[in-house]
Parts: sequence; structure tokens; C-alpha cells
Amino acid sequence: MNAVTRPLENLGRTTIGALAGVGHAAMLFLESLYFVAVGWRRGQPVRLRAIAEQMRQIGVDALPIVMLLAMTIGIMLGIQFIAALSEFGAQSQVVVAVAKSVTREFGALITAILVAGRSGSSLAARIGSMTVSQEVDALSVIGIDPVRYLAAPALIAMLLMLPALTIFADAIAIAGAALYSSPALNVTPAAYISQTLSLLTPGDIWQGVAKAFVFAVLICLIGISTGFSVTGGAEGVGRATTRAVVLSICYIIVADMIFSFFLNR
Amino acid sequence: MTVPMNTVGPLIEVEKLEAWYGRRRILKGVDFSVNAGEIRVIMGGSGSGKSTLLRHLLGLHKPRSGRVRLLGVDVGNAGEREMLAVRRQIGVSFQGGALLTSMSVGDNVALPLREHTELDENTIRIMSRLKLEVVNLGGFQDLMPSQLSGGMIKRAALARAIVMDPKLLFFDEPSAGLDPVVSAELDELILRLRDALRMTIVVVTHELESAFKIADTITVLDQGEILMTGGVDEVRRAGNERIQDLLNRRPREIQVDADAYLRRLTEEEAV
Repeated sequence: MNAVTRPLENLGRTTIGALAGVGHAAMLFLESLYFVAVGWRRGQPVRLRAIAEQMRQIGVDALPIVMLLAMTIGIMLGIQFIAALSEFGAQSQVVVAVAKSVTREFGALITAILVAGRSGSSLAARIGSMTVSQEVDALSVIGIDPVRYLAAPALIAMLLMLPALTIFADAIAIAGAALYSSPALNVTPAAYISQTLSLLTPGDIWQGVAKAFVFAVLICLIGISTGFSVTGGAEGVGRATTRAVVLSICYIIVADMIFSFFLNR
Repeated sequence: MTVPMNTVGPLIEVEKLEAWYGRRRILKGVDFSVNAGEIRVIMGGSGSGKSTLLRHLLGLHKPRSGRVRLLGVDVGNAGEREMLAVRRQIGVSFQGGALLTSMSVGDNVALPLREHTELDENTIRIMSRLKLEVVNLGGFQDLMPSQLSGGMIKRAALARAIVMDPKLLFFDEPSAGLDPVVSAELDELILRLRDALRMTIVVVTHELESAFKIADTITVLDQGEILMTGGVDEVRRAGNERIQDLLNRRPREIQVDADAYLRRLTEEEAV
């Protein structure tokens, strides 16, 4: 009988654990918003300096690598689309193909995955180490709420920086595609870009930015909640960091699919 | 903002405190109180529930049943503002120091001032350096916690705990990981703090020598229950066997049930 009940027990336990995780993350989100809205009146202000510091770490420090990856993705998309479209003799369509796919999809997705790897892991590791070394407890007993001190600034910073990075990535990717495709199409890069701009609608860019907001919330909450739930010393911090990155990327891709489905019906 | 605080009666009151970890009962109906100006040592072996008790005293856990009152405020039912007011009046030095590793020592000590007061930077700087001098860490404010030795970390943590001139000070295992000389210096510091600044101090430890040197009253905790609360001599003379084991460093007698032993060795699955 044990052979039957045991897997069921485990399944039940895992499900409850997962639900508890989602609940924890949701509470963190609501509490962060609460502190941003009224914290300053309750002795728990969210400091602008803390938000600015997070914005620098999440956004500014990521610019070089976002630029590199976006340029590479843009060139790659140019290569693939031209190769595929040349079957139909429709290479000139590469302009619209790259423009739409980058702004609606790849810009947001690749940037979010990159930021999940950089900042999601850093949040989980930092907060996880602080939990293990009782620094989070120390903050509590001093009278500093750990959520408003650690979580809220990161959330606000991520909500501001990820959409900005996404738009930046969109532009760089299109420029990369332009560099590759223009010689192949016998046009100047300037002509390519002006055609891109005429074909893009605000809706395309909004799709990507809207996704970026959702991805920002996911990356932040997953990183922070796994950080706060760390137990077990260095091993636990390592596990939490890995989990934060993997979970973030999974949720990002699933959310992306759901978004794409509903926005393109 | 007036918050009714008990300035005359006991600063800490614990009534029938119960604590559970999953299905295990850690604290079984703990009762005690700490008066102003006392140095109370909570002593107990490993697994006695000391850490859990301390976490409840600090308001880091809400009691499953029973009550904990700090400075007259029931920490299980207090609102945000009340808890904040209480927290400004207590200082805590954790076992590993728990200094924020992203900031320098000076910034760590100044943290409560920066968050809770409207003082200007100069005043904050002077006050934090003053507290560092009190713990003999004068001049070390620009070092990072990773550059300090164990004893220095504890002293920096103590400076941070006293920077707001709290009424109530908590120490979690102050001697852990320290050599006897540094440990003795820390004991002296604790006594000086009580005498000079009239602080009430609660020390959780299992270090016997330190306990006997600094305590006014000792509360002995064992397996989640209070065995006794009394002065140093009372505790030394106590008839209770478990207390004597603790005092005389006698290992516990473990009765081995042969059948249970064999079962544990040979069964296939752990239950």
C-alpha cells in the first residue's frame, strides 16, 4: 500500500509547496507596493538611493552585454530570415520580418533571460546569504522591515530598467540586422532602417514593452522569494540561486507564449 | 506619539509560552520575567530551546500560544507602530554578529540612526564613532566586516546594538568562537554597560564561567522547560540533577533499548 500512497503523498507535498511559493511571492509583491505607497508615513520609507543603486546594478551595468547580445541576435535573425525567404525570392521581406519579430518577441525575451541570469541570480544569492547569516533578522530587530529595505527597491528598479533595456535591445538588434542585410539586399543601412521605421507600428513596440513589465515582476519576485526562503548554509544559497534562474527562465518563456497567443489572435 | 510603555514593572514578561516546530514542541509553557537593571543569563544545553526562546523574545516569531510582553507591549498582537517603537528601545547582538557585509563598520553602526532619526550626518558620525570607542574599536569605522577578526565583529555588532541607547540589550552566545581573553573582555564590557548606562541585559549562553561572572539572575532552560530561575549561588547549589549535569559538565546517561537499537540498524526504510 505504501508504494501507492507514498508517490501520492509526495505529489501532494510538492503541490502544496509550490502553491506556498506562489503565495509567498504574491505577498512580497503586495507588501512592496504597500511600502512604496505609504511606507514613508509608517516609518518604513523606501529610499530613493536604494532604488537608484539597484537601477545601476540591474540596468546600467547590463548595457554592454545587452548591446553585445542584441547585436548578435539581430545579425543572426538577418542571416536566418534571408536564408529562409530566399527560397521564395522574397528576401526584401526580411525588413518587416526582423522588425516585427524583434520588437514583439525576441527583444523582450532575450533581454529578460539575460537579466534573469544576471540580476535574478544576484538577488537570490545576496538575499539568501543575508538570510543564512541572520542579517535579515538583524534588520528586523533594528526596526527595518526587510521587504521594504531589500525587496521594494529591487522591484521598482526592475520595473523601470527592464522595459528600458528591452527598447534598447530592440534598437540594437534592428541595427545589427541592418548591418548584415543591407549588403545582401543592395541597399544602404540607412535605407533599411528608414523602411523598418515606416513598417513598425506603436503596437509592435508596446507588445514587447508590456511583456517586459510582466517579466520584470517575475524575475524580481522569484529571485527575492527564493532568497528569503533559503535554509542550510552555503549549499542552500547555491541551490536557491540555481532555482531562481531556472524558474525565472521557465516562467518567462511560458508567460511569453501566453502573451503571444492572446496578443496575436 | 505616545505609546503606553511600562517603565516601572518588568521589562520582559513571558507567560506560558509554547513554541512548535512542525509537530515537535520546542517550548513547553515557559514563564519568566526580567526586571529593569538586571543582567539575566538564560542558560541551557544544546537543544534546550534557547534560540527559539530568544527569537520569540525578539518578536521574530509570534507565539503559538502564551504571551510575550516587551516593555509592556504584547509582541504577538502589536501593530506596526507599536512594534517599531519597541524596536527602537532594544538592541540585539547576534551570534555571528550579523553585520551587513555590504557596508563598512561605521555605516553598520550608524544604520539605526540613519533609519530612525532625523539627525544630521555630522552628529550621526560622531555618535557612531563614540559607540565604537566604547567597545574599543575606535578608528576602525572604515573597515569592511570581512576584514575584521571574530572578536572585532562581535564588538562592532555590540556597538550597533547600543547606538540608539536602548533600554534592553540582548546577547546571543556572546562568547561563541572567541578565545578566553577576548571573551573575558566582552564580559567586562557587558558589566560596564549595565553599570554606566543602566541597561537591562539578557544574555543567552551556555558558557558557565561567563554566566557566573556577569549574571544577577540565571534562568536554566532544559528541553523546553524552565528548571529554575535564581541567583548564581542558588543555581550552583540546586538539587535538580539536570542542572548539576549542566554545571559539572557531566555527559548524559543514555539508556539504550536493545530492541529499538536493532530495529534502527536493520530496518529497510526510515519511517
